[in-house]
Amino acid sequence: MTNHWVDIKNADIVLIIGGNAAEAHPCGFKWVTEAKAHNKARLIVVDPRFTRSASVADVYAPIRTGTDMVFLGGVISYLLAKDQIQHEYVKNYTDFTFIVREDFAFNEGLYSGYDAEKRSYDKTTWDYEIGADGYVKSDPTLAHPRCVYQLMKQHYARYTPEMVARVCGTPQEKFLQICEMIGSTATPTRAMTIMYALGWTQHSVGSQMIRHGAMVQLLLGNIGIAGGGMNALRGHSNIQGLTDLGLMSDLLTGYLTLPKEPEQSYDQYIAARAFKPLRPNQLSYWQNYDKFFVSLMKAWWGEAATAENHWGYDYLPKLDKLYDMLQAFELMHQGQMNGYICQGFNPLAAAPNKAKMNGALAKLKFLVIMDPLATETSEFWRNFGEHNEVDPAQIKTEVFRLPTSCFAEEEGALTNSSRWLQWHWKGAEPPGEARSDIDIMSGLFTRIRALYQSEGGALPDPIMKLSWPYAHPDTPTPAELAREYSGKALKDLADPKDATKITRKAGEQLAGFAELRNDGTTASGCWIFCGAWGPNGNLMARRDNSDPTGIGQTINWAFAWPANRRVLYNRASCDLDGKPFNGARALVSWNGTAWGGADIPDFKADEDPTHGMGPFIMNPEGVARFFARKNMAEGPFPEHYEPFETPLAKNPLSPNEPRALSNPAARVFADDRKAFGKAEEFPHAATTYRLTEHFHYWTKHVRLNAIIQPEQFVEIGDALGKELGISSGDTVKVSSNRGYIKAIAVVTKRLKVLEIEGKPLHHVGIPIHWGFKGLAKPGYLANTLTPVVGDGNSQTPEFKSFLVKVEKV
Amino acid sequence: MVDMTRRQFFTVTGASLAGSSLALMGFSPSKALAEVREFKLTRATETRNTCPYCAVACGILMYGLGDGAKNAKASIIHIEGDPDHPVNRGTLCPKGAGLLDFVHSPSRLQYPEYRAGGSDQWQRIPWDEALDRIAKLMKEDRDANFVARTSEGLTVNRWLTTGMLAASASSNETGYITHKIARSLGFLVFDNQARV
Repeated sequence: MTNHWVDIKNADIVLIIGGNAAEAHPCGFKWVTEAKAHNKARLIVVDPRFTRSASVADVYAPIRTGTDMVFLGGVISYLLAKDQIQHEYVKNYTDFTFIVREDFAFNEGLYSGYDAEKRSYDKTTWDYEIGADGYVKSDPTLAHPRCVYQLMKQHYARYTPEMVARVCGTPQEKFLQICEMIGSTATPTRAMTIMYALGWTQHSVGSQMIRHGAMVQLLLGNIGIAGGGMNALRGHSNIQGLTDLGLMSDLLTGYLTLPKEPEQSYDQYIAARAFKPLRPNQLSYWQNYDKFFVSLMKAWWGEAATAENHWGYDYLPKLDKLYDMLQAFELMHQGQMNGYICQGFNPLAAAPNKAKMNGALAKLKFLVIMDPLATETSEFWRNFGEHNEVDPAQIKTEVFRLPTSCFAEEEGALTNSSRWLQWHWKGAEPPGEARSDIDIMSGLFTRIRALYQSEGGALPDPIMKLSWPYAHPDTPTPAELAREYSGKALKDLADPKDATKITRKAGEQLAGFAELRNDGTTASGCWIFCGAWGPNGNLMARRDNSDPTGIGQTINWAFAWPANRRVLYNRASCDLDGKPFNGARALVSWNGTAWGGADIPDFKADEDPTHGMGPFIMNPEGVARFFARKNMAEGPFPEHYEPFETPLAKNPLSPNEPRALSNPAARVFADDRKAFGKAEEFPHAATTYRLTEHFHYWTKHVRLNAIIQPEQFVEIGDALGKELGISSGDTVKVSSNRGYIKAIAVVTKRLKVLEIEGKPLHHVGIPIHWGFKGLAKPGYLANTLTPVVGDGNSQTPEFKSFLVKVEKV
Repeated sequence: MVDMTRRQFFTVTGASLAGSSLALMGFSPSKALAEVREFKLTRATETRNTCPYCAVACGILMYGLGDGAKNAKASIIHIEGDPDHPVNRGTLCPKGAGLLDFVHSPSRLQYPEYRAGGSDQWQRIPWDEALDRIAKLMKEDRDANFVARTSEGLTVNRWLTTGMLAASASSNETGYITHKIARSLGFLVFDNQARV
C-alpha cells in the first residue's frame, strides 16, 4: 500500500477492482464502511462476480475476467476527453510535459523493437528525448506532438465506452456512471483510493493492470494524499515483509537487486543502479545505492567484506535469468533439479497445473518440508484416490518433513500491507518436538558450515565467512536478527560537516538509513527497515494508538518503513509552495524552513519547495511516470492483451495482429503452451477465488473453519445452470485442458451472462480451499485446472482467467 | 446489571468475553465470589500477537494457562481481537475467530519424519539425524553442481540444482536469516508466496 488501512476512512470514493476486501480482508474493509458512514464516501466495485464487497457498493459493474485493462483504458480515455484531471498535479509532479524519442512507435498492439522469436523487446526507443545538458526535454505548453500527454491522448483514443462494452461486457451506462464518479476526485479536495489484490496480480498482464490503476490515480492527483493511493491488500501476514527482505530469485533486501551475469565489476553494478538526476535539482535518492549495498554486505559478511574485495561482491550469485517458481518447476520437470526446500509453502496446492507439479516433484532426489501443518506437498507421493492418483513405488524422491512452530509460539515482527512492522510475543511452546524456522535454518547452516570446515568443497568462502555473531549459533534470537537487519555503526561515525563531532558511537544502533555509509563503517541488513530497532530500542513493539490529528495517522504505533512514514509520496499532497491541496486532511507542509506535519515528510526535510525538487524522490526525473520508459516488459503504456486462454479469436484492440492476441512479452514454456485449451472445447471463462471462511490451504486443517465451509463447491450462474440442467447441490465436473475437478454446484444470481463481442459468455467461479489433507471433506486441488503462464514482469501465474467446461456428473 | 449473577452474566454475553473487557465495563458480577469456579481468563496469561492470516495484521490477545514457571507448560486456551489495535479495534473475521483451532489443529506436525524413495509411509527420525542428512545431501549436490564460472569465463558463483520456497507467513527475522543463508550458499532458485 502507498497508504494504510485506517487511511481508507479519508477517501471520498473507494474503488475496489481486482479484489474483494469484504470477504478476503474483512477487518480492513471496516475502514471502507467507516468512510461511507462518516465521510459520505461512495463505494464502486468492479468484478466478474457480485461479491460481498459488491453487495454493499453504491455502484457495482460486472466485467469479464482478464479485461481490466480495457476498463481502465476507458477510464483514462474518459478523463482525458472530459479534461477531468488535476492540472497542477500532472503538470508539475508527472512526466506529462516530457518529450519521448522520435523513433518510439506503437502499432496494432506492438511497440517498437519487438522480437517475436524471443518474445521480448529491444527497448532502446522506449525513452525520453535527452537534451545536450543531459536532462530530459520538456514542453510545458503540452503542445509538442510527442510529449507524454499527447502520446497518451493518441494511445487511449481507441479505448471508447463502446470498446469497454464489447470486450468487458460492462454495460455502457454503468461504465459511464463510474467514470463520472471517479472523475469527481480530480478536484484537489476530493480523494479516491484504489483497493486491489490477486484479482489484478494473477493475470498474464497483472503488473500492467496495477500500473494502469496508478496512472488513473496520478491523473486525478490521488497519489500521496490522505484517502488516496494504490493499495495492495496483500494475502499473507508477512508477504510484504518477505518481499521487502528480498526473498525472490533476483532481489536482495530493500529492493536492491542481485547482479546479472554480465555485471562482472562492482563499479559497473553500482553505476547501473545509482541513477543520476534526469532533471535539474532532483534528489534521485537511488544515488545512495552503494551506501545501502555496502551496509548489507557488512551485515552479511562482516570483517570479510572489505573495500579490497568490493565488499564481497563475488560472494553473491550472478543471474543469467530469473529463477522464479514457474521456472523452478519447469527445470524440475525437465529433471534438472535435485533438491528443493519448502518452508511454510505448499506448492502442490499453490502452483498452477497440479499434474505438472506432481511430475516435477517426483523427479527430485530430495525434498525438505518445514511446516506447522501436514501439507499436500509433503505427501505428494501418497495415493489419495482420485484426489491424488499416484504410485508411491514409482516415486523415488526422499522426503524430510520438519515440524515448525506457529505464530502463537514465537516472537518477532510481521510487516502488514500498510508497511507496518509489528512485533508479536510468544504465548506457548510449540507441540511435540516442533522448532522455529530460525532454529531449523540455523541448524542446517551450522552443519553445512561444519562440513565445509572439515571436508572443504566448492567455493567455501561465502559460507565459512558469513557473519554469524549470535550468542547461540544454532538458535539466534529474533531480537538479535532484528537488530542486525535494522543496523548499527561499526566505527565511530563523524559528522560529515564537522569531523570533530561524533554522531554515532561504534556499536550503537542507527536511527535511520540516512546514517548509512559506503565505506564499511555501517552495517544494515535491510536499509528500508533501518531504525526499526534504533538507538531507543525496538520501535516495532510500540503500542501508542493515539491519533492527534484525527486522520488516522497513529505514528507511534509500531514502525512503518521507510523512516516510519505512513503515506508514501506525501509531499505530492502539497502545491508547489508546499501548501496542502486539502487543508482538512493535511499530511505534511512547508513552514518556511522545514517540512513537517501529521506524517514523516517523503522529501528532503529542509528543501525549499520553490527550488523545483519533485515529490517522487526515488525517480531520477523527480516526478511520477505515465511513460514507464524501459521498466516494463510489454511497453511504456499499458495495452490490453487477452488472457492466454481466451474465448476470443482476435484481440478487439488489435484485430489484425495475431501476435498481440495475448501478452507478446510473456514467457511461455513449450510444454505449457501445448497444455493451453481452446474455446471450442472449453467455452466458459473460469476464475479462482477465496471465501471469507477460509485462508488459502491452511484453514481446512482448522476445525471451526472446516465446519462452517466443509465441502468443495463451484459457482455457476442461473443461465448456465439452466442451459446444462444443473441445480444447486448437483455434482459437476469442471475440466480444463490440464485436468478436472468434481464439486458441488452452487447455482447463483451472482454470476451474470455477459455479452462479449456479440456472444454470451458464462463465468465459472472456483473457490480454492480444498485438498486431500485436513479436517474439511477431501477435495481436489483447484490448481489441477489452472494454466502455467505468468505475468510478463512478475511471473505471477494467470489463476484468474482460463477456460473450462462444466458437465453434470 | 450491578446485581447480575455470574450465570446470568454468561447467559447475556457468552462465555468468550474476556477479563479485560470486564474491567473496561467497570463491574464484576457481585455473586461470582460465591462460585467455586473462577473465570478461566482471570488466571490466564495475556500475550499480544498478530493474526497470521491476511496482511491486515489484526492485533490479537492470546490467553494461556501456565504461569511462566520453568516446569509449567503454557497452553493457549482463548484468542480474541485486541481492542487497542488501531486497525481491527478488537474485531476478528471468520478466519481469525478460529485461530485457537489452528494452534491446536490435529494436523500440527509433532516430530521430524522421513519418507524413503519408493516408500508409502513416514518414519519418525530424531532432529539431529534429519538435519545431518539434509546438510549432507545439500553439500553433495552443491559440490557436484556449483557453477563458479561460465564457459565464457564469467564469475557467477551460483548453485541451481537445489532451490527453495520461503514462507511469507514467517517473521521478518526468519525471512532475513533465511535469505542470508540462501545467498551464502549461492541459491538463485529462490522465491516466496509473493510470486503467486
